[in-house]
Amino acid sequence: MVEEEGFRRYIAHIILWIGIAIVAFPVYLAFVASTQDNAVIANGQMSLLPGGHFFQTYYQTIFVGTSGSTREPVGNMMLNSLVMALLIALGKIAVSIISAYAIVYFRFPFRMALFWLIFITLMLPVEVRIYPTYKIVADLHMLDSYAGLSLPLIASATATLLFRQFFMTVPDELLEASRIDGAGPFRFFWDTLLPLSRTNMAALFVILFILGWNQYLWPLLITTRDDMQTIQIGIRKMITTTDALTEWPIVMATAVLAMLPPVFVVVAMQKLFVRGLVETEK
Amino acid sequence: MQKQAIFQSKLLPYALVAPQLAIVLIFFYWPALQAMIQSFLLQDAFGLSTSFVWFENYIELFKEPAYFEAILRTFFFSFAIAVSSLSFALLLAVMADKPLRGSMLYRTLLIWPYAVAPPVVGVLWIFMLHPSLGVLSRYLRALGIDWNPLLDGDQAAALIILAAAWKQISYNFLFFLAGLQSIPRSVIEAAAIDGARPMRRFWTVIFPLLSPTIFFLLVVNIVYAFFDTFGIIDTMTRGGPGKSTETLVYKVYTDGLLGGNLGSSAAQSVILMIMVIVLTGIQFRFVERKVTY
Repeated sequence: MVEEEGFRRYIAHIILWIGIAIVAFPVYLAFVASTQDNAVIANGQMSLLPGGHFFQTYYQTIFVGTSGSTREPVGNMMLNSLVMALLIALGKIAVSIISAYAIVYFRFPFRMALFWLIFITLMLPVEVRIYPTYKIVADLHMLDSYAGLSLPLIASATATLLFRQFFMTVPDELLEASRIDGAGPFRFFWDTLLPLSRTNMAALFVILFILGWNQYLWPLLITTRDDMQTIQIGIRKMITTTDALTEWPIVMATAVLAMLPPVFVVVAMQKLFVRGLVETEK
Repeated sequence: MQKQAIFQSKLLPYALVAPQLAIVLIFFYWPALQAMIQSFLLQDAFGLSTSFVWFENYIELFKEPAYFEAILRTFFFSFAIAVSSLSFALLLAVMADKPLRGSMLYRTLLIWPYAVAPPVVGVLWIFMLHPSLGVLSRYLRALGIDWNPLLDGDQAAALIILAAAWKQISYNFLFFLAGLQSIPRSVIEAAAIDGARPMRRFWTVIFPLLSPTIFFLLVVNIVYAFFDTFGIIDTMTRGGPGKSTETLVYKVYTDGLLGGNLGSSAAQSVILMIMVIVLTGIQFRFVERKVTY
């Protein structure tokens, strides 16, 4: 047995709590700032304990927005982010699972070529093709729309690869059995393969939802209208004006609201999250 | 590897691949091709005529000291972010791997920052270390440091590195913990029986067995530092002061935004593309080794 003396255990507990404090402190500070008065914060006299402006700040943030820089209720930004994140996550899963189904369960000319064509997009992140992609979306009149926010991102090499690997492990007997029952390709997919893929889909959804919610560069490029802003873009615009005019409690409340959905997903669905993360990175 | 049991259909498989294929061709390959073509073209000042100039855009780019500096800076940032985040995460993972009471709680409390978006990370850190109102800036000044990352380039760079490393701790922690837990208990016990003290056990047994994970994470962290720091930089420093926090991706963005030189911006994109291909290639070579390991 490897013995852990009591003293070493104490050290481990202490180091872990220091780690947690480092990880949590910036977020705690944001929350504290969101409950205090702007004048106090701007003077650099901020207290490290929550103040009494919680309801006032969050009400204004969600329903009204800043009075100067964005003037857009953060509630609306969150709705935009939610729609975008759901479209991206569900869209990626949908197109990937049917591509993988075709590649695994059918033989057709250019089968592997098509697979590689999807796979190589892994090497073409939006950052390396910023302006040409923008131009295409502009030519298709998709600026400032949910389609423009999500459609160009609805392709996933990793998800396709993951479903392909998973389908390869599904026993052939299942297909033969359902064929005896008279099932065609649609029935087999819907009644057999989809229920088997549930856990994989859920794990992928958790990762892809976070990925979608946290998109930044792409929405920054293609949204110009205030009412199409996502929360990540909104928060950036709130601190663009000169420092003196920044409404810090609202900025910090927005930061807290921007973190809430994805952090909730990670904590509440930790098992799926870890599984999704490890599987997609393989 | 192929399935034995399959369906027969001529058109259905194409219809199933079609949605993803359409998106990939329209939004990935076509723009990438455009960038490549554009990088060989030169447009006159009025955008009236374009001419094919071979590698002139690339040559001009490499003659530009600012581009060279951006390359060096990006590599330096990547290295600093990867090393600081990996070492801290490894320390935490080694501690969390011990049979402690509440280890699941520790894991939960350490992994959630993965979900914080880069622009939010930028906002959190600039607020904490803002020269005039930052809570931590008070203490830095009390220590006699003239802290102003909005004016001092080195301090701005340090701030970006710290914030980016902070966000990546949870990811690295999770993979280190998984790596540590996959090391057979018997190997560590054998070392303990041989009389190796914990520190020695770590460096001679655990660390070498963890090297595939470390290498994998190193590549992932470099890719992260290249691309995902965009949001952090954009909300914290916007590449400034001067150009002291301008990375390659940020430079493509600003150069294209100013609308100045399309050819140069495209050439920069193509160079980034090559870098991604190299990094992904390394990652995949390594993954193969991990499987056989």
